[in-house]
Amino acid sequence: MTCCTMDANGVLAMSGTSFSAEEVALASRSLGSGLKQLDLSVPGVHCGACIMTIERAVSKLSFVREARVNLTSRRVSCVYAEQSDGHATDAAEIISTIMSVGYRAHLFAPIASENDKIRNQLLLAVGVAGFAAANIMLLSVSVWSGADAATRDMFHWISAMIAAPALVYAGRFFFQSAWNALRHGRTNMDVPISLAVTLSYAVSLWETMHHGEHAWFDATVSLLFFLLIGRTLDHIMREKARAAINGLARISPRGAMVVANDGSRRYVAVEDIAVGDQIAIAAGDRIPVDGIVSRGESDLDLSIVTGESNPVSVCSGATVSSGAMNLTGSLIIQATKLAKNSLLAEIITLMEAAEGGRARYRRIADRAAALYSPVVHLLALLSFLGWGLMGGDWKQAMLVAVAVLIITCPCALGLAVPVVQVVAAGELFRKGVMVKDGSALERLAEVDTVAFDKTGTLTIGSPRLVETIAEDAGEVALAAALALHSKHPLSQALAHSCGQTEISFDHISEIAGGGLVARRGDVLYRLGNAAFACEQAPGPSSDSARSEVVFSKDGTMKARFLFEDAMRPGAEDAIAKLHAKGLATSIVSGDRQSVVDSVAGKLGVDRAVGRLSPKQKVDECRMLSEGGHKVFMVGDGINDAPALAAAHVSMAPATASDIGRQAADLVFFTEHLAVVPDAIQIARDSAMLIRQNFALAIGYNVLAVPIAIAGLATPLIAAVAMSTSSIIVVTNALRLGVLRAKSASQPSVRSTFAKEARIA
Amino acid sequence: MNMLIYLIPIALFMGGIGLAAFLWSLKSGQYDDLQGAAWRILADDGPDTTDTKP
Repeated sequence: MTCCTMDANGVLAMSGTSFSAEEVALASRSLGSGLKQLDLSVPGVHCGACIMTIERAVSKLSFVREARVNLTSRRVSCVYAEQSDGHATDAAEIISTIMSVGYRAHLFAPIASENDKIRNQLLLAVGVAGFAAANIMLLSVSVWSGADAATRDMFHWISAMIAAPALVYAGRFFFQSAWNALRHGRTNMDVPISLAVTLSYAVSLWETMHHGEHAWFDATVSLLFFLLIGRTLDHIMREKARAAINGLARISPRGAMVVANDGSRRYVAVEDIAVGDQIAIAAGDRIPVDGIVSRGESDLDLSIVTGESNPVSVCSGATVSSGAMNLTGSLIIQATKLAKNSLLAEIITLMEAAEGGRARYRRIADRAAALYSPVVHLLALLSFLGWGLMGGDWKQAMLVAVAVLIITCPCALGLAVPVVQVVAAGELFRKGVMVKDGSALERLAEVDTVAFDKTGTLTIGSPRLVETIAEDAGEVALAAALALHSKHPLSQALAHSCGQTEISFDHISEIAGGGLVARRGDVLYRLGNAAFACEQAPGPSSDSARSEVVFSKDGTMKARFLFEDAMRPGAEDAIAKLHAKGLATSIVSGDRQSVVDSVAGKLGVDRAVGRLSPKQKVDECRMLSEGGHKVFMVGDGINDAPALAAAHVSMAPATASDIGRQAADLVFFTEHLAVVPDAIQIARDSAMLIRQNFALAIGYNVLAVPIAIAGLATPLIAAVAMSTSSIIVVTNALRLGVLRAKSASQPSVRSTFAKEARIA
Repeated sequence: MNMLIYLIPIALFMGGIGLAAFLWSLKSGQYDDLQGAAWRILADDGPDTTDTKP
């Protein structure tokens, strides 16, 4: 099992943050009688072995009563005792146990119950409709096989009694949605559905009362049954994506250590931090609210806040914004804003203002319904009037009109879209992309321009050593050994790339905003920025795309290391594929122009703009869409969130800021950027299949409607016609997998061709 | 035709049992983790999370 080879140490190193007992207690909920339940998100569980490993490990803890892994939602729920042997238990041990067996575990806010209820209601309705449809069909088959007179009437009456509660119970989803649409003066697919169901039931009941020959109860209920299946699948698809996205680590902190005047510290939730509070922030923590540094010096990683890829050093008096990661030293900051007024809140206001094409977008099914339902209803009315005026038999006219409504009822149309989208979402899920809803797929198929953020999207957001300038390999080894002692991303990249050598130093200290100082014998080594290492006055900061670290011995430079933000794997290929598909590409970044240009040049991106504020990113998207383009925005940071909301459709990596993930329509869980062209391809394939399905459904109507208008449609014909058209549409939707398998063999050819074309 | 008097109720009753079983399985959370359940049947012995605890 390939997924179970995770290295425990690697996970511990990657996760970086650990949870305090207070934080875990805050996230647990009480079950009464001294027991508490803790729900954890563990995105790494993939198979049966993962379930067993985690359940065994956690159950071994003495205070844990029960541990159960849910593989579908990638969660672990633990029931544990608050007290054991008279001591309060430390629930953080559960998290460290899970990490020690090699899985990352995060706390998450359990807000999911609402939607799960809807899923259960839908499943219940499917069960009820299925039960009713099966039993009515049983009775109908007897009628079709020749039961007549009193027997037929009795069968019709029993059918009517089964159908009535089933329609009210299972049909309420459609009735409510249809009523909502009508009240706002619109129509959607549910309007013709509701009308056909209600009318056909009413006419069938009337027929039954008058000992008629034909009743449509079977068609009415099985129609509901089919449509509910489509609706339930659609809901489960969205639910799955939502659960996976909610399960990701929260990037904004949920609490902070507040320092009181007397020096005592206590842990409070972020919402309870008041303006003027002194907050202690250790190295490796994120800043919870906007504030001013009142004590300490450190370097901050702003990549998720502004897109700036190099750490920025701060000292007392500097303003810091929430979301930034504290890298090297401890800081005490004074809160200047409440959590709800911090940077994040401003971004949310921008986002609300930016809501672009998405709010105005109408689902393809609704657009089809807007054309379809007037035509169908007019046809039914015309046949009613026609038969009534020509034959004078208004009862017969009513029967024909209902037959028209039932035959044309958009069973196939109602399934045409959701089934394709569920299959497409499943395909994307296997590639590591979550789709939040079906309309995202429809919009994705229309895009012609892709805008990328740079830091964290095209690049990974962590530096990589690209050049070493040194005379002596021994000095490099010394520098790497020294770099091991710092959490600064540049030091860590240096330590990783030079391999591990055991060299001990006598005394090491880290100067925030400078670097590391170490003494070995009577030699003084320094590792840090040029000014610090060579003990000069700091020069003007260069606008170079590379960041530099200098290693010095007693103040003389011995080695220089140049770093660059590491490119996300597959970035170059992805851009080439996008160009091959005829899409325009651009970079919109908050980072310095020179860095943006260098990345753009390397990847061959058409257009690159740097130094953009969140507002300007939105303007950029808006400008493109006013030019008639449909923009697909891929970004991760807090600063990208408004642009993600403004774009026609948007995508964020799983490592994105919380708000970025919330704003995006799609979230991808892989490191590889190849998912961007893949997602577009799948969306285009599914759009094509949806169009085919519509054509099939309409073609079927063109054939069946004349039969109904001629008054030749019996309930048997209707039942057969309806099921066949539904089966054809579903089968066509399943072709998506086949299409993908065919095109999977092509991309390699296409991308190499594109590369050659670019080189030439 | 007299047999219909008991055959139809029997048919409905059996269908009803099926429906009740479905409702019960839904309520008791059997559809909460379909993927996990598929793996769990392959496990030799489930970890005894409830029984062996003091």
